[in-house]
Amino acid sequence: MANNEVQNQSLIEKLQLIDRRIIFVFIACAVVIPLLVGATMEEETTPIVQAFFDYVENLPEDSRVLLSFDYGPTTAPEIQPMADAIVRHCAERKCKLYMMAVWATGHNLTGETIVNVLNPEFPDYKYGEEYVNLGYKAGNQGLIRLLLVDFKRMYSTDAAGTAIDSIPMMENINNLKNFDLIVSFGGGFPGIKEWVLYAGDPGNVPVGGGCTAVSAPLLYPYYPNQLIGLLGGAKGAAEYENALITAYPQYENKRMAGMSLMVSQTVSHMVIIFFIIFGNVLYFLHRSKQKANGIEGGQS
Amino acid sequence: MSKTKMTAWVVFAFVIIAFAVSVALKGALVTVGAFLTLFIFSFLYKDNPYYKFAEHLFVGVSAAYWMCMGFWGTMVPNLFGKLYPPMVGGVLPALKDNPAEPFMIIPLILGILLLMRLAPNAGWISRWALAFIVGTTAGLNLVRYLRSDFIQQINNTTFSLYISSAAGFDFGQTMSNIVIFIGVLCGLIYFFFSKEHKGAFGAGARVGIIVLMVTFGASFGYTVMARISLLVGRMQFLFGDWLGMIK
Repeated sequence: MANNEVQNQSLIEKLQLIDRRIIFVFIACAVVIPLLVGATMEEETTPIVQAFFDYVENLPEDSRVLLSFDYGPTTAPEIQPMADAIVRHCAERKCKLYMMAVWATGHNLTGETIVNVLNPEFPDYKYGEEYVNLGYKAGNQGLIRLLLVDFKRMYSTDAAGTAIDSIPMMENINNLKNFDLIVSFGGGFPGIKEWVLYAGDPGNVPVGGGCTAVSAPLLYPYYPNQLIGLLGGAKGAAEYENALITAYPQYENKRMAGMSLMVSQTVSHMVIIFFIIFGNVLYFLHRSKQKANGIEGGQS
Repeated sequence: MSKTKMTAWVVFAFVIIAFAVSVALKGALVTVGAFLTLFIFSFLYKDNPYYKFAEHLFVGVSAAYWMCMGFWGTMVPNLFGKLYPPMVGGVLPALKDNPAEPFMIIPLILGILLLMRLAPNAGWISRWALAFIVGTTAGLNLVRYLRSDFIQQINNTTFSLYISSAAGFDFGQTMSNIVIFIGVLCGLIYFFFSKEHKGAFGAGARVGIIVLMVTFGASFGYTVMARISLLVGRMQFLFGDWLGMIK
């Protein structure tokens, strides 16, 4: 009997000290297998995402939408699906798209969206008339503050070096108040918060955002008075894609990047939850054994 | 040759051969991306020279990229292009006929002062430019944070605790508003240290702790989601773009 207890205790101790690399293998399998199977998952659209979608859906034709790509390759897997979905939606609504970046790395990712979404799916969209890539400018919140007063002071050319005054769609753009909607993709600094603080609130311009999951809890308090809606992490992207498919059935058979992330997300979260419960059960078993053996403290 | 050294050479040879095969099959760009990803992932096993190489390369390339983007995207058109437009005529012909703005000499001087930090004996001069940056940023932030993050946030928390619509009593929205109201109130009570946390005040503070714990838990959950998303992104690249196993 006593021998049995010692054997059980040593097994619990061994499991408690399980090599972290074994957990990494489980997580890797949880992420990779759904990707290889090609599973996708529909997400029910929550009110905060639906509000964003409805706002874009109700924009009249030729509305001016400023899209700021404020992120880099490190967060692109989360943010790029949002940017792609919102650009698709804005193009369906025939809005004029003004693309810029307050992050240097955002400049190249703007190009990704143009090349992968706008050009192949909306070939009628003409550069300079329906969309423009203004590129990156340094200055963080100072830049946003200046754009609110005088847009062309900072953007004297587009990203390719074309004079801003020779671009037809820039004709009546003098400051940020001329836009019908500002959308910031990001969550770091500078990002959505700075757009709310330095453009949305003082200029009374509607601001929406798509951010990394890490920064989402810090940005939710701005909804609904200071943000028209917020897409938080991959889940937010998948929710927006779901709303897009519901409103535009032509996207039903299209592989949506956000939705394809969600199966891996769900499975890996289940694995993490399992390991959290497993670790806690082991801890309490170990502690109860120690108490039964007369050892105080419960820590090994 | 020791066994450890022998293993290291075998691994190195394997990496070189795999790299060459991959370049031949998939092209240089995808291969470099894939191998750098694998080098970073190798840290999960243990620290190693391949990880160190990828890490240092990332830092160096990032710094150079930001510097180049800042120079060509902002300094050339917004500083040199305004100070003396013909100077940038070669790279930005659209700006060469613009009128010059002599006042742009001020940011140029401030920029040069900032670079004096690199001179061992004149480093103190950079403090003037730094003082300008700190002063303007503090002034700009003070006003905006006070308006948007303080006053507006109080306004955001001021709402009706009983919501009804055309369909009647809205239970969900009412409960949501009550939870926000109680959460904010109890959170504030917890951080109020001028009165001892006893009695009803103490109960409020305890609810405040629970609210904070729920907030931290939600933040942690979101952080996990963010990290998994990045992992999925890399796996999509490795198994999709590189190995072609994802359709």
